[in-house]
Amino acid sequence: MAELQFREAIKAAIDEEMARDEKVLVMGEEVAEYNGAYKTTEGLLDKYGYKRVIDTPISELGFAGIGVGAAMNGLRPIVEFMTFNFAVLAADQIINHASKVKYMTGGQIDCPIVFRGPNASAGQLGATHSVAYDSMYAHFPGLKVIYTSEPDDAKGLLKSAIRDDNPVLFMESEQMYGLKGEVSDEEDYIIPIGKGKIKREGEQVTLVAHGKMYHLAVQAAKELAKDGVECEIIDPRTVKPLDLPLIIESIKKTNRCVILDEAHPFGGLAAEVGFLIQREAFDYLDAPVQRVTLPDVCAPFAKNLFDLWYPSVKQVVDAVNQVTYRN
Amino acid sequence: MAKKKSGNVEFAPRGIGDEKSGAVQKGVDLPAATKSKHKDLGLSAAKLKAMYEQMYLQRRFEERAMQQYQKGKFGGFLHLYIGQEAISTGTTFALNDDDDIITAYRDHGWGLCRGISANEGMAELFGKATGCSRGKGGSMHFAKAENHFWGGYGIVGGHIPIGGGLAFANKYEQNGRISTCFFGDGAVDQGALHETFNIAQLWKLPAIFVVENNGYSMGTAARRHTVADIVDRADGYGMKSAVINGMDVFSVYEKMKEIADDVRKNSEPWFVEIRTYRYRGHSMSDPQKYRTKEELEEYQKIDPIERLKTYILENDIAKEAALEKIEEKVEQEVLDAVEFADNSDFPKDEELYEDMFVEDNPYFHT
Ligand SMILES: Cc1ncc(C[n+]2csc(CCOP(=O)(O)OP(=O)(O)O)c2C)c(N)n1
Ligand SMILES: [Mg+2]
Repeated sequence: MAELQFREAIKAAIDEEMARDEKVLVMGEEVAEYNGAYKTTEGLLDKYGYKRVIDTPISELGFAGIGVGAAMNGLRPIVEFMTFNFAVLAADQIINHASKVKYMTGGQIDCPIVFRGPNASAGQLGATHSVAYDSMYAHFPGLKVIYTSEPDDAKGLLKSAIRDDNPVLFMESEQMYGLKGEVSDEEDYIIPIGKGKIKREGEQVTLVAHGKMYHLAVQAAKELAKDGVECEIIDPRTVKPLDLPLIIESIKKTNRCVILDEAHPFGGLAAEVGFLIQREAFDYLDAPVQRVTLPDVCAPFAKNLFDLWYPSVKQVVDAVNQVTYRN
Repeated sequence: MAKKKSGNVEFAPRGIGDEKSGAVQKGVDLPAATKSKHKDLGLSAAKLKAMYEQMYLQRRFEERAMQQYQKGKFGGFLHLYIGQEAISTGTTFALNDDDDIITAYRDHGWGLCRGISANEGMAELFGKATGCSRGKGGSMHFAKAENHFWGGYGIVGGHIPIGGGLAFANKYEQNGRISTCFFGDGAVDQGALHETFNIAQLWKLPAIFVVENNGYSMGTAARRHTVADIVDRADGYGMKSAVINGMDVFSVYEKMKEIADDVRKNSEPWFVEIRTYRYRGHSMSDPQKYRTKEELEEYQKIDPIERLKTYILENDIAKEAALEKIEEKVEQEVLDAVEFADNSDFPKDEELYEDMFVEDNPYFHT
């Protein structure tokens, strides 16, 4: 095991796949000469040159679409967005084209592309830079969506994403890039897309948490453990396909569940998982499933309002107390 | 079957380190400044002093803001306008007060020009309830709608169609107002600009679209992210266009006034490229390896504020002492603003749910 920062794990995954397959290339704003706005592509220009590490203009719709066309024509582009908040401009290419081209051509055309970059909020960056988009993309057939929480998952899943013959959205976080974690140094380390992971075992409550929310769940579980409440934490890692059996297995053991989601409440991952649990494990539940999400409000700038807006450990603890009838 | 070619394949143009001559590479080529004197432009001595005060205020406001940021008084992004003040100042002096202005996130100078006080501006940076956007927006979203300053926007190019929409409403209402929309060289590459230009020309919208070309889009030199001269875009749409020296407030004032008159009279859009330079990094965390110190110094030598000061002194419009008085007044205004921001309250908790909808008690999903 080697200890790597999140950004190093991402870079390692890209590097290994570029070394393995000449068809893999990276394009995006500031990815080459600037070495990446968040240094996830540092050194790749030096190593692979201007042909395969490409700075783009601020033309999200254009370069995402060029990535789609290149993928249809045999390449394996990794398209980086400075954040998924800017990928909104490219949504037509992702949603109307990448996700649908195979189906509407009767299977003739594959689109092996990875769209990646940071997702969701990164502190006080205001209303337009703070939205979590994983659930939104997961809504659309034809897309796979990954939002990982730790460097090890990031490395293994990004390698899988690059090798996948379908369009995959791979989401990161500005606030996690510096986070360190043990990463397997197994040669060619691959984690299959669609497999979640039990990251903490516990008997009393299941916490489902991915991306940045996973770390909130860990903090809450520590607090609750002091009180004798042992949480099981499941990190789905992949939003779609979702590892439902893993979640259901856990519910059958704990009979209670709190879902953490960095998105707004309406129609997000929390809503989906909540529905699935009632469908698949209704008889096992000892309390209604609860969720901790952002409120149904845009991101405010002011520090105090931002802190109020962002999900907190206390909200998770309260939700656990609710499902365990401890309040 | 096509034969496979070998050889070097490249896509994006290369940047720094690729130049061979050793000469300083300039981010932008400045066109000549106007030869007009203040009297030719109809600017009184009082107006010149007001211009000087306005530019000096923008400069000192941001220098103090930067200090406060570095002290950790507030967070988020902070994009400084330092070096570009002649554009906001020349333009606002050239426009009518009820003409519309909309800009991108590098918006402090524009806000100050359009009546956001130093207090309200600094408080917004600090995220306080007394800020111009009540602490909801921060640095990127200064706004003063009552003064027809529609605000700063954070999605590159996102506000270009909106600038067209402001003009659409003005034409619809036949109210005699024109709208102006400012954005960076990076925004020129967005599809939104091209769609808007086509519609604006087709529908004859009374709008001035202005690119503040400061040579860089974050760490990417303009010649590395966009083709040809930016202003040439206008030709493709049959749009009237101009290039202006943005380091000289007279040049900006003169040309923008002329263009504003034309737009008001003929209701036709313009595309204007104002060339300028930003002295500071893109935002506060920018190592600036994409440009040389020498290049920066070339532009600092022709600083727009110093230039106006020299003009005022050389033409005996005001004495050194009078300008010093202005500077002292501004200095105090900005220091007071820091104190005001620091002492102001944060928004109240319940304000988190305010301003989402027009109703008093709107529905929120839980
Ligand atoms: C759609 C979108 N893509 C990317 C960004 C990130 N970004 C913010 S500013 C910027 C550079 C813009 O440069 P320019 O338009 O020249 O304006 P300047 O900063 O020079 O004033 C980038 C890439 C963004 N805010 N919005
Ligand atoms: Mg620029």
